[in-house]
Amino acid sequence: MNRVGVVVFPGSNCEYDAVLAMETLGTTAELVWHSVTDLSGYDGIILPGGFAHGDYLRPGALARFSPVMDAVRSFANDGGPVLGICNGFQVLTEAGLLPGALQKNIGLTFLCQPTTLVVTSQRSVLTSGAQIDQELVVPINHFSGSYTCDDETYQGLRDNDQIVLRYKSNPNGSRDDIAGIANERGNVVGLMPHPERAMSTLLGSADGRVLLESFVAAHVAA
Amino acid sequence: MSTPESLHRALGLSDDEFGDIKNVLGREPNHLELALYGVMWSEHCSYKSSRLHLRRLPTTGPHVLVGPGENAGVIDAGDGIAVAIRIESHNHPSAIEPYQGAATGVGGILRDIFTMGARPLAVMDPLFFGELSDARQRWLVEGVVSGISGYGNSVGVPTIGGELTFDDCYAANPLVNVLCVGALPKERLVLGIASGVGNFAVLLGSRTGRDGIGGVSVLASAGFSGEDGATSIDDAKRPSVQVGDPYEEKRLIEACLALLDDGLVLGIQDLGGAGLVCATSETAARGAVGMDVDVTAVPQREPNMVPYEIMTSESQERMLAIIAPENLDAVSALCAKWEVRASVVGRVVEPVLDDEGNAVGMLRIRNGFDGEILANVPAKSLADEAPLYDRPRERPSTLDAVLADDPTLDEPEGSANDDLLDLLVDPAWVYRQYDSQLFLNTVVGPGRDAALLRLAGPGLPHSTRGIALSTDSNPRWCALDPRVGTALSVAEGVANLACVGAKAKAVVNCLNFGNPAHPSVMWQLSESIDGMAEACLALDLPVIGGNVSLYNESGGSDIDPTPVIGLLGVVDELVAPPPGWGWGEGDAIVLVGVRRALGVQPFPLGGSRWATKRGRRGGVISSFDAGSLRPTLDFVTEEIAVICAGGESDVTAVHDVSGGGIAGALGEMVAATSRGVVVMDLEHHGELFSEFPGRFIMATSNLDAFLTRAQASGVAVTTLGICEGDRLRVGSSIDLPVERIVVKRRDALEDALEVLG
Repeated sequence: MNRVGVVVFPGSNCEYDAVLAMETLGTTAELVWHSVTDLSGYDGIILPGGFAHGDYLRPGALARFSPVMDAVRSFANDGGPVLGICNGFQVLTEAGLLPGALQKNIGLTFLCQPTTLVVTSQRSVLTSGAQIDQELVVPINHFSGSYTCDDETYQGLRDNDQIVLRYKSNPNGSRDDIAGIANERGNVVGLMPHPERAMSTLLGSADGRVLLESFVAAHVAA
Repeated sequence: MSTPESLHRALGLSDDEFGDIKNVLGREPNHLELALYGVMWSEHCSYKSSRLHLRRLPTTGPHVLVGPGENAGVIDAGDGIAVAIRIESHNHPSAIEPYQGAATGVGGILRDIFTMGARPLAVMDPLFFGELSDARQRWLVEGVVSGISGYGNSVGVPTIGGELTFDDCYAANPLVNVLCVGALPKERLVLGIASGVGNFAVLLGSRTGRDGIGGVSVLASAGFSGEDGATSIDDAKRPSVQVGDPYEEKRLIEACLALLDDGLVLGIQDLGGAGLVCATSETAARGAVGMDVDVTAVPQREPNMVPYEIMTSESQERMLAIIAPENLDAVSALCAKWEVRASVVGRVVEPVLDDEGNAVGMLRIRNGFDGEILANVPAKSLADEAPLYDRPRERPSTLDAVLADDPTLDEPEGSANDDLLDLLVDPAWVYRQYDSQLFLNTVVGPGRDAALLRLAGPGLPHSTRGIALSTDSNPRWCALDPRVGTALSVAEGVANLACVGAKAKAVVNCLNFGNPAHPSVMWQLSESIDGMAEACLALDLPVIGGNVSLYNESGGSDIDPTPVIGLLGVVDELVAPPPGWGWGEGDAIVLVGVRRALGVQPFPLGGSRWATKRGRRGGVISSFDAGSLRPTLDFVTEEIAVICAGGESDVTAVHDVSGGGIAGALGEMVAATSRGVVVMDLEHHGELFSEFPGRFIMATSNLDAFLTRAQASGVAVTTLGICEGDRLRVGSSIDLPVERIVVKRRDALEDALEVLG
């Protein structure tokens, strides 16, 4: 992956961190303003964390209407790798690119803390390079991170091996400890934890690297 | 109906001040003018009771780029990067509406930082409440913490630390202080100065509403009427506490930094207390120019606002930028991208000549740029020329009896085990609610001695330096001796920075005191400032900014003097994290620094948490011992800096001895590492729980090498014991299983808050 686009909505705040993580892995990353409608030329798209459009109404509910989201949908439909981190995951579910929804944490407080993730599927652009059952220390930072979906959707996620990361110890009440999921094709992934915050032992953990290295290694599926 | 004579009193101006205003103007002020002086000459804006004393603080140093008096202090941190820092209080709004009070406190301090051209990189929040056995205090804590969390996380600035203090003296008057640090490429530094006749003053951000109008409640109760339209102020329009909108602020930050990057702004100033009148008069006064302000050009959120309301509203998320007219289109386009409102509300005009031929910049409030002049006053007279007061000061006559009631010599009741467990409280419930990691800089986050950040951020030159921050206060010490207590608080801040290898570079302070009309409070304030000056001179520290919050009282009872000291330090090379609180099995544990305090008592318990827990608020505290402090602080800083720079070291843990004394420090380290330690007998309760700064608990895997280095540096070291087993044992006085310490510390706060888990 040579060129990654990091989408910036008004209210996004992890866009520079995403760029920094990509640069750490030797990839060029550029900020893409939410009014952009053409994503050709990018090899991968990241929807970063933050509070797109102030999280007004509910997280992601307004961002799904930003012009860039039609382009993200086309990019994903063409097999392009798309990664939604935290608020980006919320946007992807609101936009219908991933199933289910994120609701408020079970304790009804914001949580910023390290979590231990367990890799449960390699069938995604985020986890292809990780080992099944590999444990990764990656921080969470959210108020609405409790994944939920109806039973049919849940069964589909299981049947298609779309649950890619689970919490070892569930911090937020997420259904089946889900921390991250992929679409059926595996090219669109959303997760609540922040792998870009776990790129260096200086900052506490480098366990996010294996995830973002997988993403950077991903190619646009034919 | 009020007469003009009583109107000035209703606006909080004394008869003498009213006379001063008439002298400045050479005539009677009209109602609008009088109202402008009312807010600008308030204690909040003018520091009229404290300014005389604040002058005694040292404020200069070779690395100081901007000292006190600007929106924020700024130092040169090296590598072409300047660091801006400020601390403020938002005590009174938080007491009324804790969520919005705390939230708008965060919003306000961020604006002070990006006003300087700096991107805000981190926030810290020292908080003081009454005891949690009171349900109202629990409500306040939850409201304040969620307000900081809700605003700070959303606006995209990490909250990396603070303080949490519970004491009955804050029950009716909680303190919510907030410190912010930002960084900028040195050459982007801008100041809040209006310059260039013909240039525009552009109001950026939110529309102006009736929220937070200073003194309007007073006005409304005075019920005056006049030609400026103040008649329309009535009970139905009473102001509320300001309401924050972090999404607006986030866009405002990005728009302002982009304007500065593109060189479109000549000067910029935030709108805080006293709103537009403060921003326009201060920028004009600093630039020695005049300014015309068109009140009709100010976008209004509510219909029928009168000039007085427009000029003094404290609506949040607004900035005033001075720009050249030819850049207006570019400014408007950039603001449109960020969906930030931009309106030309003012013009820089020539100063006028007074009778003696001096140029005087006039602030003229107009109804339309070419319309009627509603107010016409010298900008400087509003911004800088409030009268200064040397209010009566008196050492309280009751203090001697308080000092004589010393708990140090008490025969302790109960066990040291219980005393220690009682002191251990992990604030994690608070800081888990704050995003402490944004920008990928947080090497040491909340809950430790000091926070440590990489000196990096969007748009900054590359650097491998780090910056460290701490906030410290000890109102229990300051109640007994405000001068020495404040000096010791500065020393404790420097000690906290030493624990993360940072050399202290600058001090900011937030002076939370009671009613300045009480001579005892003014004595405390004056003494505290002298103590700060003494410590800063002894430790070579410039004070580069501060905030004074007075009138923290209720029912005639003042809070304990609460000077909060914010310390900014620099680590020259930060490539590895400092060791923290966790030691290894078999490591030796040492006390670095003097074993006995300088002063009346070798192990003073006056002002300690141990004593306070027992309801004992008297006694004497240790002296400020610059002679032993400096080498100890330098030694520890250097020991840890070596580790941060990636060097080899036998040091495996470090923690400064502060609240809870040596026992408290050991308890916290045991809880952090879940490993036991065996320590020799200390001299009973005094040595276990005495609190005086300049002492550290450190662990080393090579005791001989460590002792040799300490000796070479002339620093006292006492070998305390060895890290082993699964119990904390101190001689014959403390013996506790590690697990019990871990659980007690972890659960103490949530249990007290009755949080449902």
